[in-house]
Amino acid sequence: MADLRLTGVAKRFGAAQAVDDLNLDVASGEFIVLLGPSGAGKTTTLRLVAGLEKPDAGQIHIAGRDVTTLAPALRDVAFVFQQYSLYPHLSVFDNLAFPLRSPLHPTSEAELKRKVGAVAQMLRIEDKLQSPATRLSGGQMQRVAIGRALVRDPSLYLMDEPLSSLDAKLRNDLRLELKRIQQDLGATMLYVTHDQIEALTMATRIGVLEHGRLVQVGKPQQIYEDPASSYVAARLGSPRINLVPRAMLNGIKAPERAVTIGARAEHLRLHRDLTNLAYRSARVRRVERLSDQHLVHVGLDDTDHELITAAPRGQRFEPGDAVGVELLQPLWFDADGQRVRA
Amino acid sequence: MAEIRVEQLHKAFADFTAVKDSTFTVRNGEFFCLLGPSGCGKTTTLRMIAGLELPTSGQIFLGNEDVSYKRASARDIAFVFQMFALYPHMNVRRNIAFPLLSQGLPRAEIDRQVEQAARTLRITELLDKPVSGLSSGDRQRVALGRAIVRQPLAFLMDEPLGALDAEFRELMCRELRALHDRLHATTVYVTHDQMEAMAMADTIAIMNRGVIEQLGAPLEVYERPASVFVADFIGAPAMNFLPFDAALADGTSAVQIGAARIEVPALREAVSARPLLCGVRPEHVRLDDGSALRAEVLGTEYLGTSRIVTLNTAQGATLRAKVAVTSPAKRGDHVGLAFDAAAVSLFDTGSGRALRTARDDHPLVHRHGARHG
Repeated sequence: MADLRLTGVAKRFGAAQAVDDLNLDVASGEFIVLLGPSGAGKTTTLRLVAGLEKPDAGQIHIAGRDVTTLAPALRDVAFVFQQYSLYPHLSVFDNLAFPLRSPLHPTSEAELKRKVGAVAQMLRIEDKLQSPATRLSGGQMQRVAIGRALVRDPSLYLMDEPLSSLDAKLRNDLRLELKRIQQDLGATMLYVTHDQIEALTMATRIGVLEHGRLVQVGKPQQIYEDPASSYVAARLGSPRINLVPRAMLNGIKAPERAVTIGARAEHLRLHRDLTNLAYRSARVRRVERLSDQHLVHVGLDDTDHELITAAPRGQRFEPGDAVGVELLQPLWFDADGQRVRA
Repeated sequence: MAEIRVEQLHKAFADFTAVKDSTFTVRNGEFFCLLGPSGCGKTTTLRMIAGLELPTSGQIFLGNEDVSYKRASARDIAFVFQMFALYPHMNVRRNIAFPLLSQGLPRAEIDRQVEQAARTLRITELLDKPVSGLSSGDRQRVALGRAIVRQPLAFLMDEPLGALDAEFRELMCRELRALHDRLHATTVYVTHDQMEAMAMADTIAIMNRGVIEQLGAPLEVYERPASVFVADFIGAPAMNFLPFDAALADGTSAVQIGAARIEVPALREAVSARPLLCGVRPEHVRLDDGSALRAEVLGTEYLGTSRIVTLNTAQGATLRAKVAVTSPAKRGDHVGLAFDAAAVSLFDTGSGRALRTARDDHPLVHRHGARHG
């Protein structure tokens, strides 16, 4: 396994700056998740590292070696795409063995059998080795696609939303499995997704992309609790963080430059006590009984603004109830959405 | 707006039965979700309500009118598909106006109604833009505009958010429900995504192999699943199931699983010796070293407000627990597990049916949210 370094990498497609002055250091054995909505530059970054695109500027180093102009096949990386592309006429075994039969990776037949067997066991598809690839379920096919990357033992794994085509249950299972495999192999992973749960649960560090720029890199807990901007704050957390103009929350103490107040649902407490002037008066509009969490939507009195709050179990609110809203850990943002610290 | 009544609806394609003797009522003003995996019959049911398929037998009433064998165009219904088919050569205003134009309404009236629909959807500033440059969310809003401008008796929606990414889907869910709260339009919404159904519906019908397995408010189907299928389908991460064999007498309030005695809500029926399942949701599992139910931690996942711990029991079952972010559990730890007794469900493995227990003693919530008049 190897480290990866991107220095000042940029890529433009026509008028669109897909990747803009991107700098990132990935240590050997790290699981880095690039998170952002469609068009943020995630996939382009991955393709640049793979060598499927050439950067307009900047350098890419893998294991200390400058690979910026190197052909994809010579970079020693394995790429897993969103859509599993298996050879339909081959068995699962032959699909897994395929990369090892390439002239670039000369492998003895005994070694090949051992490696394919080990990967199949890791992915729990040993009993499917002799089946034709087309006879598998979607989840099994995607596991074979991941397995084909694993047998190669490359310097670096690149994965582009490998779980997004699977159903929710399978995605849940494979998340943990992929993380376990990565830890067991000590693999270096660059993983792209727009799914915040995948980012939170799998990443050693998350890199948040906005319009081709890496706007924050940090551990999941750090990105969640200490976001650098309102954009980053809105990428993690479900329900999405409440962002309200400061003027809507009269009476709240905030630094002078603060223009927007961010409050996560779990950081808003609802009170029946309407006399406390520190609480913002509001009215319950709707209660979303989402499994173990009850999300209470409240409309701020005299405004169009709505906040989503998480009520602890046992506390019951109904539409029409008058409530006072207390902010527990507000985050402040300036006019450009940048974080303002107290 | 109107009520939709479906009675003994049946649909067979050659020797495949898509929908089996389905009976339900969508009340006036209700947001009703048909939820289930692909192939469960939910879309076929919706298409029969729309008139895009004809039933093999059974009846569909829209308001008081039997529309079972009426053509789609003769039913006063608006259909919203997953792939929002907008007219690419028209701007937003003309796309929304199209259904009214084809009804032959006067110009001024069309303008008024289009403006109103745009205000409801908060897309007034987009009216004179071409649809080609719109984001997927705005395209979906325009498609909705075209549906609501007709003021039909009911809206039928077939996975309208299926093509959106997760973050945006959540946002659009809230927007759709807020729209519903403004219009109070009778809505039948088809989805395979339980999160969408839980977030939006007044009533959910969970379908499996052509049959409605349970019909109830979101909280009802979540807390009192009628079958293993429903319990497993609703909730993420899914409910945990621990298999055991037993004969249970009426009134039993604890079961034996391996070395552990698990307290459960008192049974309200007796079952003879058979394979059973003990079902418990991840948020009702606690790590408790005093418990005889032992497990190994396979991994933990940080989720911002909580942590999911995946465990393997000594009996070989995989379990998930939703615990506090501060929980110190880590891969390789050996721990004991305890359950919130009042929240445990029991199922008959063979039939999948939930056993009646003290949990069913009182009605949980009434169907609500629907308006009349």
